Amino acid sequence: MDMLKQAIMQNNLVAAFAFVGLIIWVSGHLSRRLTNGRVHSSAIAIVIGLILAYWGGVETGGTKGLADIKLFAGIGLMGGAMLRDFAIIATAFDVQVEEVKKAGLIGMLSLMLGIVLPFVVGASVAYAFGYRDAVSMATIGAGAMTYIVGPVTGAAIGASSDVIALSIGVGLIKAILVMVFTPVTARFMRLDNPRSAMVFGGMAGTTSGVAAGLAATDPRLVPYGALTATFYTGLGCLMGPSVLFLATRALFG
Amino acid sequence: MIIYGTAILAACHLLGVYIGDLLGMLIGVKANVGGVGISMMLLIAARTYLHKKGIMPATTLAGVGFWSAMYIPIVIAMASQQNVVAALKGGPVAVVGAILTVVLTVCVIAMINRSGPEDAGATWQASLAADRV
Repeated sequence: MDMLKQAIMQNNLVAAFAFVGLIIWVSGHLSRRLTNGRVHSSAIAIVIGLILAYWGGVETGGTKGLADIKLFAGIGLMGGAMLRDFAIIATAFDVQVEEVKKAGLIGMLSLMLGIVLPFVVGASVAYAFGYRDAVSMATIGAGAMTYIVGPVTGAAIGASSDVIALSIGVGLIKAILVMVFTPVTARFMRLDNPRSAMVFGGMAGTTSGVAAGLAATDPRLVPYGALTATFYTGLGCLMGPSVLFLATRALFG
Repeated sequence: MIIYGTAILAACHLLGVYIGDLLGMLIGVKANVGGVGISMMLLIAARTYLHKKGIMPATTLAGVGFWSAMYIPIVIAMASQQNVVAALKGGPVAVVGAILTVVLTVCVIAMINRSGPEDAGATWQASLAADRV
């Protein structure tokens, strides 16, 4: 048994391939047997992943979910930013350039709207819960964009560490909600063509949420959503500590 | 050679991320601006160029196709390493803020997408089918 553990730990990336394969196999069965194929097996697999991440976090007290458990360390490499971006870029190979050109303008529009809207919502919720200074409101508002924009903005405008932690919390929950509820609300959002996927990517923004949400809806839409979402965090980091913070300060002192 | 495809993909990835970092530095933010998106456009450009030249054998395609197909498993691994515990610890502000944001975002997406052509989904499916023939 110890030798098996040893083998797994020494070949952790390979072990991760096998483990994720197993999750997908189980999800496929759950999808067919329990839901008659109505819930996409990728959606089930992502939820299983999130539950395992919760378990890993409770078990180790770490920040990287299942990847903090030694046996599953390879998950960290396999699902890390490097391979994630590599695979997202690879999906662009099947992109129809015409579709991107057609939706370019509306994609940019949704990108701007997707940055301002969460900021306003986040800042308002912060205000309602008693965080009434412009710095805290702007930081939590920025967190409602993504869990990267929140801390970047907070650090730039001098927010306290508990407010920054809160902004990360908002962003993380948003990403998880987008992962889980995109396939559920896909029909309502008319998420069935490249143009709508680009709008979705620009509006939702969170790379992990968009990536997982589209994967569980229709994998062929992934590159279109990723194309706009990739500009989101950078633009958010640009606007959060500047225009949006200044506007908040002008309104709320 | 299958590695050519993967190497082209890797080169586009690195170059795109580098340009994204430069862009971030240029406008003064501590973040990569559009790196992945720029990489994607580079890859599309490379594909178009090589295709026109007629030097894109099936094995080269497979070197990119494999990674494209690995996308969903990688996303599942990504989900497994989210900091779910911290997310839930954020308390009511984080939960309410996130839920309201997502609900509103979904509604606005639905609104924008309803402004587009009614049969966009069907048209796209048809164009995909036409490509395959």
